[in-house]
Amino acid sequence: MPPVTRRQIIQTGAAGSALLALASCARSNAPFTDGGNRYRVLTAGDRELIAAVAGAMLTGVLPGDATQRQDALVRTVRGADVVIAGLPPRVIDELRQLLALLEFPPTRGFVAGIWTAWPQTASETVARFLTRWRYSGSALQRSGYQALHQVVMAAWYGNASSWSRIGYPGPPQP
Amino acid sequence: MTDPIAAGLGRGWNVYDASKIERDLQLEADVAIVGTGAGGGTAAETLADAGLHVVMIEEGPLQSSSDFHMLESEAYPALYQESAARKTKDQAITILQGRAVGGSTLVNWTSSFRAPASTLRYWRDRYGLREYTPESLAPWFERAERRLSIATWALPPNENNAVLQRGARTLGIPTGIVARNVKGCANLGYCGMGCPIDAKQSMLITTIPAALDRGAVLVHRARAQRFSVQGDRLSDLRVSALDPVTQKPLPHAVTIRAKIYVVAAGGIGTPALLQRSGVPDPRGLIGARTFLHPVVLSAATMREPVAAFAGAPQSVYSDRFLDEPLDGRIGFKLEVPPVHPVLTAVTMPGFGAAGARMMESFAHLQVTLALMRDGFHAESQGGRVELASDGTPVLDYPITGYLWKGMRRALLAMAQIQFAAGATSVMPVHESAWPYASWKEAQAQIAALPMETMLTRVVSAHVMGGCAMGADERTSVVDGSGRHHLLENLYAFDGSVFPTSLGANPQLSIYAIAMRNAAQLAQRLVSR
Repeated sequence: MPPVTRRQIIQTGAAGSALLALASCARSNAPFTDGGNRYRVLTAGDRELIAAVAGAMLTGVLPGDATQRQDALVRTVRGADVVIAGLPPRVIDELRQLLALLEFPPTRGFVAGIWTAWPQTASETVARFLTRWRYSGSALQRSGYQALHQVVMAAWYGNASSWSRIGYPGPPQP
Repeated sequence: MTDPIAAGLGRGWNVYDASKIERDLQLEADVAIVGTGAGGGTAAETLADAGLHVVMIEEGPLQSSSDFHMLESEAYPALYQESAARKTKDQAITILQGRAVGGSTLVNWTSSFRAPASTLRYWRDRYGLREYTPESLAPWFERAERRLSIATWALPPNENNAVLQRGARTLGIPTGIVARNVKGCANLGYCGMGCPIDAKQSMLITTIPAALDRGAVLVHRARAQRFSVQGDRLSDLRVSALDPVTQKPLPHAVTIRAKIYVVAAGGIGTPALLQRSGVPDPRGLIGARTFLHPVVLSAATMREPVAAFAGAPQSVYSDRFLDEPLDGRIGFKLEVPPVHPVLTAVTMPGFGAAGARMMESFAHLQVTLALMRDGFHAESQGGRVELASDGTPVLDYPITGYLWKGMRRALLAMAQIQFAAGATSVMPVHESAWPYASWKEAQAQIAALPMETMLTRVVSAHVMGGCAMGADERTSVVDGSGRHHLLENLYAFDGSVFPTSLGANPQLSIYAIAMRNAAQLAQRLVSR
């Protein structure tokens, strides 16, 4: 593995940990709930998984306030549902297999090294799993990471509320 | 502003949304055309102009400028294959391809180049396409350019393009200005989400309305499933209506009986339809040698804002690195992509704090791309289209060491140009890269980057080949007129007929060649 990998792991960990310590305390044992929305494709288990992955991937972007953070995650999971529902049936099936692998506790532990339920897993732990898959020697794990990355990023940056932070003014007014 | 599609429907165009039909439908035609992109749209107008009765079949929806709100979250699921996230079989390459009435012409970035003379020479020498000379194609290029208002972009390039121009100039690398198919362009920068002001002269607002005004029929949200092959002819085409949301086939079917069948579903769709239909293919050529112009990217941070989301997306290019013998190391063309939030965030590597920092520089990002001229070397045979269990196509495209070597050269060339233009940092779009502060650092680090799938980001916006044309049926599927070597009433008029990649953005070459071959077909049919 190239030196940059180790360097990035350390950077990500250090920068994220201060902010995350508080947030993950506040969140522990709180399952992902969103009673008000009808989901097209994501099951309750998928939603918990994607919320956990988004919580780690969007570190540094999500609001620090616990309530606002939770709202932002709900928005992202809803966005992910829309993103995935727009894919053709074959691709949705492939994605379902990946999500199932990561949700069933024995395989979750075995392939992802996550031995606690997703909502109870600290963001740093989720980030370490994502980094392992990102640079994995297995092309399958690398592609799994890429799929999760694409879904979360498309859900987050497809939402106009994310734009002011990155200096994108949105489309010009007609 | 009037919506030309709404106006046409008001005039009584013969258009079916297959997802809404309530019983099976039978249609008759002189010519059935599968696909409404650059090839199908052009063929439809040419054939309808000759007085032939044309039926067009399109898998995507009919949308128009009043539906285009310049939002990625709407445009990608509505107008692209697989929500703009189509992947090759091993997931290593993301393919941007249109899926709507107008095909990729609805969402492309308008860049228009004539097929390079060196590519045509290769086609003549290797594939016996003797009539494919720049001189004999010139009248067709001129006609296509006139029809679609193709002209060299006259406004100054946006900053994203200007950086490529400036950096190249500093290093003595020649650049050119891109020709674009636009009329009354407001320089918005949202070509990839459907032009909201009908400035882009896509098939949706040019050839397809012309064909519909001449009585052609359009069936959309309809997937051509299979032809029936009888002896040396096709006898009908079965089409499934598609659910607009799930894209699953609906119970009602459309059957089309035509004298001639034209396939124009692109480099992945055309071979897949022929494979599903069991079109005779004794040498396994259908779906082989499908090319992508695989693209690698380099992201620079500039001191001043770049705002690469605004302004004509592509106006500057450099062919300096195509100036290589075709059978030597791989050549590449330099251009820039538009930079919008979703496409950028899914393409840029990393997450967490590092990803957040990268996105914070969004408005200062300058991105350069290099598209590799694939298909001219023993180690660049392109990909192969296969069918998944549900009959949908999957492209198996292995990235060879030869290609990786060229991609590393391209990452180096782009970083050098970006630093020469004043970049404060440059990051190759690669999972193991970080923003390098100097050309010296970049040079050393890029030389050491592991060039592997899903570490190096590879994308594509140009699907070509898979149904190669040529004089010899042992090495090609259709002849130089686009007609299948074995089936007398089957033609392919799209980018799938290219026997190699082009080494340039393909739309104009598809227009010109489809127009030429459709005009020849029309002449034969009318004089019969």
